[in-house]
Amino acid sequence: MLDFSILTTYYDLFFKGFLTTIEVSIIGLICSFILGVIVAVMRIAPLRILNYFGTCFVEFIRNIPLIIIVFFFYHGLSVYINLSGFAAGTIGLSIYTAAFIAEAVRAGIQSVDKGQMEAARSSGLKYIQAMRYVILPQAVKIVIPPIGNQFINLVKNSSILGVVAGMELMYFADYIHEKTYVTFDTYIFAAMFYLVLTIPLSLFVNYLERRLARSY
Amino acid sequence: MDFIGAYSSGNLGYLFKGFLITLEVAVISIILSFLIGSLLGTIRYAKIPVLSKVVAVIVETIRNLPLLLIIFFVYFGLREVGLKLEIIPAAIMALTIFESAMISEIVRSGLNSIEKGQIEAARSSGLTYIQTMWHIILPQALKRMIPPLVSQFISLLKDTSLAVVITLPEMFHNAQGIYNGNFNFVIPLFLLVAIIYFIVNYALSLVARALEKRLDTEGKHRGRGSGKKPKSLSGQLSS
Amino acid sequence: MKKWLFIGVIFTLIAALMVGCGKSSSGSKSDGTLAKIKERGKFVVGVKYDTYLFGYKDPKSGDVTGFDIDIAKALAKKILGDEKKVELVEITSKTRIPKLKNGDIDAIIATMTITEDRKREVNFSDVYFDAGQSLLVKKGSSIKSVDDLKKGTKVIAVKGATSGDNVKKAAPETELLEFENYAEAFTALKSGKGDALTTDNSILYGMAAQDSDYEVVGSTFTEEPYGIAMVKGDQEFVDYVNKFLKDLQGSGEYAKIKAKWIKE
Repeated sequence: MLDFSILTTYYDLFFKGFLTTIEVSIIGLICSFILGVIVAVMRIAPLRILNYFGTCFVEFIRNIPLIIIVFFFYHGLSVYINLSGFAAGTIGLSIYTAAFIAEAVRAGIQSVDKGQMEAARSSGLKYIQAMRYVILPQAVKIVIPPIGNQFINLVKNSSILGVVAGMELMYFADYIHEKTYVTFDTYIFAAMFYLVLTIPLSLFVNYLERRLARSY
Repeated sequence: MDFIGAYSSGNLGYLFKGFLITLEVAVISIILSFLIGSLLGTIRYAKIPVLSKVVAVIVETIRNLPLLLIIFFVYFGLREVGLKLEIIPAAIMALTIFESAMISEIVRSGLNSIEKGQIEAARSSGLTYIQTMWHIILPQALKRMIPPLVSQFISLLKDTSLAVVITLPEMFHNAQGIYNGNFNFVIPLFLLVAIIYFIVNYALSLVARALEKRLDTEGKHRGRGSGKKPKSLSGQLSS
Repeated sequence: MKKWLFIGVIFTLIAALMVGCGKSSSGSKSDGTLAKIKERGKFVVGVKYDTYLFGYKDPKSGDVTGFDIDIAKALAKKILGDEKKVELVEITSKTRIPKLKNGDIDAIIATMTITEDRKREVNFSDVYFDAGQSLLVKKGSSIKSVDDLKKGTKVIAVKGATSGDNVKKAAPETELLEFENYAEAFTALKSGKGDALTTDNSILYGMAAQDSDYEVVGSTFTEEPYGIAMVKGDQEFVDYVNKFLKDLQGSGEYAKIKAKWIKE
């Protein structure tokens, strides 16, 4: 049976870590969404140079490990700007997730029939207007589920802060593990805290996916 | 920053040794998690009473946990209940557990994207269930699964770097060993490791795109194309 | 049901594959450690790879060297008659106790302090090295000793080591940042994540020797007697190792090894 004394003795640390995990997730969610949409727009904008930079960003970031991005911000940039584990972790996480979101948004927008853009433009709308009123509303439906999945990944990936002293759930799980030498139970409790966050999110994304699929 | 010092032949050799471990662990895990993931995905697709539900609960739990936690758990936690693994098997096992769950979802969505009417049609034309699956459903589903599967394999390759926390002597671990001696090596090494990962993963994704194209045209030749645009599985893309 | 057959076939296939690939590593615990080592013809010992002067792997040559390594070699020579019959396994402060309990390694010789807590988990030999906790700072830092650690001072330590707890006792107001290993901890100090790095002075002297911008300050504020850790319940091996340490000191060999690595 699980040793609940670990939970009761160290509940303040678990809770502190849990709150930080939520904090990182929310900040990361907002930042990665904004950045992701910007990059997606860059990739489809009618301007070669923007396409090029957008594509480079997405392809490069998606193909390298998160831990390297985070350590780059933590150690690599320290000569110029000294970021805390929390800041470096959150920035790294946001950039990493943004690349995936950008890809999802781009795919969503491009899945809307090209003819619609032309029709909207020829009926006198500007590019931005056509995007805003014709293309994006349709694309949103398509991109919501994959973006939702990326947010679940973001919550899970926030555990990377544990290796740069980011003081979140994983860091404190390690800390409690060292204190007690009890591994199994400590990590099971940590897992439960993560599931409290991710399972409802997953169910919600599944629900959205089903609802949006029906509305076609 | 000291690029020349950081890229000395000794350092590069050490990094390369790590790269081989990264590849070894990733390849074995990819094979295992593809097999197990396919099995789990098929079980969920087939809606077998009880079994499918049990698999669903396990898969959903694992999918919703951070890989880092699973790595710690497999290496440290399982010792307490009697399963003792060396570092490399532990890393492979942790990656396989996590990625199998992710892949099973890709397989399930892939199978689900094929209209059920096809099964009925095939069955009523005299094919057995296995023949139907093997000749009709799987080839179509597999084609749709390729892009998300390859993304998952790329994720797996990247995720190998997380096993640095249990001292798996992979590429990033060895990079740490080198920049430990000289702080000026930090940025050059991060860049190099990132570029190596990028080259391998980008090549993988190019191969996948080519494969996808080939299968696409083949499908059209044989008249197997369903005529419908493949449903996007990008929702399963993940890291 | 053919549907079941289909699934059954796949399942058996994968099960067969798993069995084929699976390498189980179960160490028998029936015999004493000493007998196991002799049977194997190799002494497998957990050492640090990132601790200059004690256990350090040079990336260029691939050699692992240090005080702890020489002690391990001497012990291998004593047991098996050949100092080359030693197999070094990398451990960190965090992974060493699980690895020993697992039977992956025969002993830990890795700057490991003997503590009451740890005695519940493992057996210790007599003290083979006396260290004490101290501080490493960038030259010119305002921190001169543990008394200068105030509220808001960030102190870097390593996960699984005693140093984090000790500094919290000596200076409860400081903020503690713990990392996976000494490589990361020292890099964090260099990149300015903390004001001081704390651990045993022996390890700190190694870091200062690696990078002359950093110095060890203040006297030690704890006692850190190092012991060789062995699996619990095997008193025979502990007695053997204790006798080995006594002989090593008696023959002058110990002084030689110490002089080779520790200059202070």
